Amino acid sequence: MKTVFKRTPVLKDCPTHYCPGCGHGIAHRLLAEVIEELDIQDRTIGIAPVGCAVLAYNYLDVDMIEVAHGRAPAVATGMKRTNPDHIVFSYQGDGDLAAIGTAEILHAAHRAEQLTVIFINNAVFGMTGGQMAPTTMLGQVTATTLGGRHATGEGYPLQVSEILALLPGTTYVERCALSSAPRIKQAKKAIKHAFQLQMDGAPGLSLVEILSPCPTYWRLAPAKAMAWIEEQMTTAFPIARLKG
Amino acid sequence: MAGKIVIDTERCKGCGLCVSVCPKKVIIISRESNRSGYFPAQTDDIGCIACGHCAIVCPDGAIEVYQGEVDHIQIVATSTKRNAPQLIEEKA
Repeated sequence: MKTVFKRTPVLKDCPTHYCPGCGHGIAHRLLAEVIEELDIQDRTIGIAPVGCAVLAYNYLDVDMIEVAHGRAPAVATGMKRTNPDHIVFSYQGDGDLAAIGTAEILHAAHRAEQLTVIFINNAVFGMTGGQMAPTTMLGQVTATTLGGRHATGEGYPLQVSEILALLPGTTYVERCALSSAPRIKQAKKAIKHAFQLQMDGAPGLSLVEILSPCPTYWRLAPAKAMAWIEEQMTTAFPIARLKG
Repeated sequence: MAGKIVIDTERCKGCGLCVSVCPKKVIIISRESNRSGYFPAQTDDIGCIACGHCAIVCPDGAIEVYQGEVDHIQIVATSTKRNAPQLIEEKA
């Protein structure tokens, strides 16, 4: 009998605290599978964010550190410079990377730090109750935009990946989604490529943005949240290999 | 070649993503809850083709997928509910 799919041991054997249907669980698993396939478990350092994934170190069996809100690229910079033979990645949500951590990610990319950044974009602040994030879609109803987000009052969705792709300090920027099995496979390929670049010593930052469902604060059933990514989110955040 | 999936019902949160992606519609949501209070996915495997889509979309890593001859499938399923591994043997 052939094993088609089995959970990787890099993902610890404990249930996650995430809501049913949350994309973080899928993203964690993809990361763990990539770390196992590249055989870098003993020399990988992860930086956990503030946000729903704050407890990522409980689930990924690699060395991890939890840092202040948005400061993951700054800490990752120090980690990588003092441990150049290690593979350093930060795992950040959109509230962490695109709001309070904008300066850190921009300057880490600007300095061409050899880091891998996994950017989980679910268009809301999930941990604090579903408030509007910079990445919230126009017209999207959140806890702080009850009539939907309007460009006149609240601005436009912030496309961080497009901004970072313009900088000479980034080597690879790709936007993926977790909305279907083929998309998830593509996201895994992108994560693997980003890690591979860092292992090969590519001179710059590699970033993978992942459009991820938040069924709880989108007020949608998990399967409908996946469809919403495909129908709505990809219009403002087109799935594409933006650089590299 | 028939497929078989093993669902860890204690890890499963019953989000139903596996149910929505299964091309053969062989997964359903159970009527009985697990210890966490979720209604987990369950299957009888009849018609499973081991495509693995359910495992790929599962946010909780609760699904394992196997492929083999139906009359020789033998799987050790572990669950947090029980202390010792439980042996499930199937004969066609």
